[in-house]
Amino acid sequence: MRRRAAALLGAGTLLAATGCGAADMTKQASPYANAKGAKTVTLSVQSWVGAQANTAVVKYLLEHKLHYRVDTVQVDEVPAWDALSQGRVDAILEDWGHPDQEQRYVKDKKTIRPAGDLGVTGHIGWYVPTYFAKKHPDVTDYKNLNKYAGQLRTAESGGKGQLMDGSPSYVTNDKALVKNLKLNFQVVFAGSEAAQITQMKQFAKEKKPYLTYWYQPQWLFEQIPMTEVKLPTYKEGCDKDLAAITCAYPKTPLQKYLNTGFAKNGGEAAEFVKRFKWSTTDQNEVALLIADKKMAPEAAAKKWVDGHEDVWKAWLGK
Amino acid sequence: MAVTTARTAPAGAGTGGRGAALLRNRSLGKLVVLAVVAAVLVPVAHANWASGSWPHDLTVNLTEPLGKVSDWIIDNRDSHWLFTYFFGYISNAVVLSVRGVYLLFLAAGWAGVTAAAGLIAWRVAGVRLAVTTAVAFLVCGFLGMWVPTMQTLALMVVAVLASVIVGGLLGLAGGLSERTHRALRPVLDTMQVLPAFAYLLPVVLVFGIGVPAAVLATVIYAAPPMARLTALGLRDADGGVMEAVTSLGATARQRLTTARLPLARKQLLLGLNQTIMMALSMAVIASVIGAGGLGDRVYQALASVDVGAALAAGIPIVLLAVVLDRTTAAAGERIGAGHHETSPLRGARGWGLAAVLTVAVALAVRAAGRLDWPESWTVTIATTVNDAVDWMTDHLYSGIPVIGGTADWAAHFTTWILDPVRDGLQWLPWWSLLLIVAALAWLIGTWRTALTAVLAMAAIGVLGRWSTSLDTLSQVLAAVAVTLVVGFAVGIGAARSERVDRMLRPVLDVFQTMPQFVYLIPVVALFGVGRAPAVAAAVIYALPAVVRITAQGVRGVNPAALESARSLGATTGQQLRQVQLPLARPALLLAVNQGVVLVLAVVIIGGLVGGGALGYDVVYGLAQGDFATGLVAGVAIVCLGLMLDRVTQPTTRSGRKGA
Repeated sequence: MRRRAAALLGAGTLLAATGCGAADMTKQASPYANAKGAKTVTLSVQSWVGAQANTAVVKYLLEHKLHYRVDTVQVDEVPAWDALSQGRVDAILEDWGHPDQEQRYVKDKKTIRPAGDLGVTGHIGWYVPTYFAKKHPDVTDYKNLNKYAGQLRTAESGGKGQLMDGSPSYVTNDKALVKNLKLNFQVVFAGSEAAQITQMKQFAKEKKPYLTYWYQPQWLFEQIPMTEVKLPTYKEGCDKDLAAITCAYPKTPLQKYLNTGFAKNGGEAAEFVKRFKWSTTDQNEVALLIADKKMAPEAAAKKWVDGHEDVWKAWLGK
Repeated sequence: MAVTTARTAPAGAGTGGRGAALLRNRSLGKLVVLAVVAAVLVPVAHANWASGSWPHDLTVNLTEPLGKVSDWIIDNRDSHWLFTYFFGYISNAVVLSVRGVYLLFLAAGWAGVTAAAGLIAWRVAGVRLAVTTAVAFLVCGFLGMWVPTMQTLALMVVAVLASVIVGGLLGLAGGLSERTHRALRPVLDTMQVLPAFAYLLPVVLVFGIGVPAAVLATVIYAAPPMARLTALGLRDADGGVMEAVTSLGATARQRLTTARLPLARKQLLLGLNQTIMMALSMAVIASVIGAGGLGDRVYQALASVDVGAALAAGIPIVLLAVVLDRTTAAAGERIGAGHHETSPLRGARGWGLAAVLTVAVALAVRAAGRLDWPESWTVTIATTVNDAVDWMTDHLYSGIPVIGGTADWAAHFTTWILDPVRDGLQWLPWWSLLLIVAALAWLIGTWRTALTAVLAMAAIGVLGRWSTSLDTLSQVLAAVAVTLVVGFAVGIGAARSERVDRMLRPVLDVFQTMPQFVYLIPVVALFGVGRAPAVAAAVIYALPAVVRITAQGVRGVNPAALESARSLGATTGQQLRQVQLPLARPALLLAVNQGVVLVLAVVIIGGLVGGGALGYDVVYGLAQGDFATGLVAGVAIVCLGLMLDRVTQPTTRSGRKGA
């Protein structure tokens, strides 16, 4: 009896849910959105803290100044593009360059629209802790790295030196670089940024040497000063053939992207996100509050917002 | 998963002395047959493909076709009828149902939901559990997790309902027809061995990230125990009763609804219980594909390396698990006891009162304008927890005199155990590994299990994941070894002392239900990045099940056998070695099997902390939308799981997960 009721209920919802026409897979908002009649914006958060800082501040301002409800979903970079095109999230606030996705969704399918610069420039590189670079100044050139392979060895790197890479979602050419530059190193993937940071902190506590893939802007530099290792200079197009690559990573002005529907009909919220643009220093300030001071993202955002009215006034467009 | 394994104590005690001799003879026979087969096949294999690793000629590269499939799906997802008229409906239905439940929770407000939960627990399981339930919900609020808890709960309600319907129908089919049952069993067996992480990817490919994908992944994971137990319940219906019903001239349908289903109620409720537990554990893993709710909070806290915040989101999950488990278990026991209530509040009247009270509370809070959990009522535990974790890692990581720090142990463990095992496995010629697998699986099971195991292993090679899979396998073996040594020791301790057992129980509960993501960061802080922390996390996760099964097995040994040993003057050590352990052999074998399956699930998640191998490939596939890499790795994990399960599976499947 109860089972039959449940089945009927299920069939009923199914029908009610879908009407009788085609179901539109491009309109798949989160079931938690727009609860209680509030206007909701869904933002994607990537796993690094800089991205959390962007989201926290945008969320805070949208909620407290424009009275939206904001949902956040943690998604990796490439799936975030997918989610953006389907309308599961409304905006990506910090993108490090995904030419394939741009071609597919922005140019071909037109389900995603660019929303301008974030104002922060990103750079990926190899870093050693500054305490180690000071002791051995020549370690900061890739040509001398082999000399230090022995010191940089760990249990995971086999007889070679360890080059620690982070999350699999990050853009990396390190395996090819190590091979093509003939370095006696083994790329060890930490598997997530959290694991990578935890390991770096442990190394730094003991002043142990290490070599890592890392990027700027990043709050951890405030805690553990690190020096970049010089790789062969980046020239336009030198990263075309990823297997034969021998050059460093480019500097990327980070971008924002919006779901096309949201960009058109998102009203004040969409305009606000388009105008949102801040500096590396600002981002780091919030990121450090979240990651180092362990403040809740919301509290960190509030602290920053209270102190920088001049910066965010312009975003509101009032 | 919490108490999943707690109730899986095998029914019968082991084989006697004569049986053992017979078994030994049969084993010898099997080995001889295998040796003959090997003598014929190995020279051929060796002559053609002499390499130690899986021969390249025998692999299939699926990168291109799989890439094409995923491109096709993305390009056609918005227009093709398959999506607009089929998957789209499913997706919409899921979104709408989850949304409906969520809005209902929000409308009831925190007080309404707490009251409803408490009152349901009261009706089903009595006053004590009602209080526990209400307190548990309030704690979720105090931790500042009210809204995420409601989101998870909404998702759970829909996922569990769907699992019960799907599983129930499958079980019904299997319970009524012998042929369906035979066809269904290997499928269900296989589904239960799969690590959940492995099939997130295919669901994401079709549904994209978000709640629909999460719900479907959860249903795939949680429906099998329901199906299995429903079938079991229907098949075990008392023959006498059935005969009586038939002789009264009941039709097939009447027999089903009036006799078989009511008789199977206990199994049905146990199935519900298991389904809820599995769904809850999946709700967290599904946060990787955007499920939202508590799992997402845990996952986001991980990103900023904030163990305290992760724990604050993990505790509600544990509480939900405990409450849901106890409530459904109590319901099952009540039915089993055939107990009749005589109080004036029995049946519909009691439920009516509960409903009225719930509505009253919800309305009162609404009138008072306190629908949302008051923000000032939250307690932050994050700082305290983080300080504790920092202290621990500061003091244990390195530099402890004589024994060294955890980092040194991890390094030694990697160099002395993980490396040699991995290198050894990768060095062994591929055909010899197949032979070993065949021998192990055949000795412990039937020729059919042996065949499945060998085919699974060969599939890994064909997919071109031979050496990465052996890397994963080496981590599994090392973790299982540690788990078994510690688990057997603790389990025997718990079996011999009631006090130890009582002290352990809550600890085991917590460790079994706490989402694995919560302890990934502490293990990195203690053991550094690499395979060692992955192994550590796996051991933590698998230990409770092994301890529980061991303790139950040892305690369940026939008291008469023990008494006679004691009367013959055996010391406690002798009793243990010569009576308890041999008699508990089936339980110990089951513990090994469960240990292997659970360890594999977490070693895969260890890809997030540097475990590398197959786990990393799956994470990579999810993160980069690279379905070829991720899917093939996922299939390899599934094959590895199958192989490991078959190799460790006792012949009589008396007490597998949930059945």
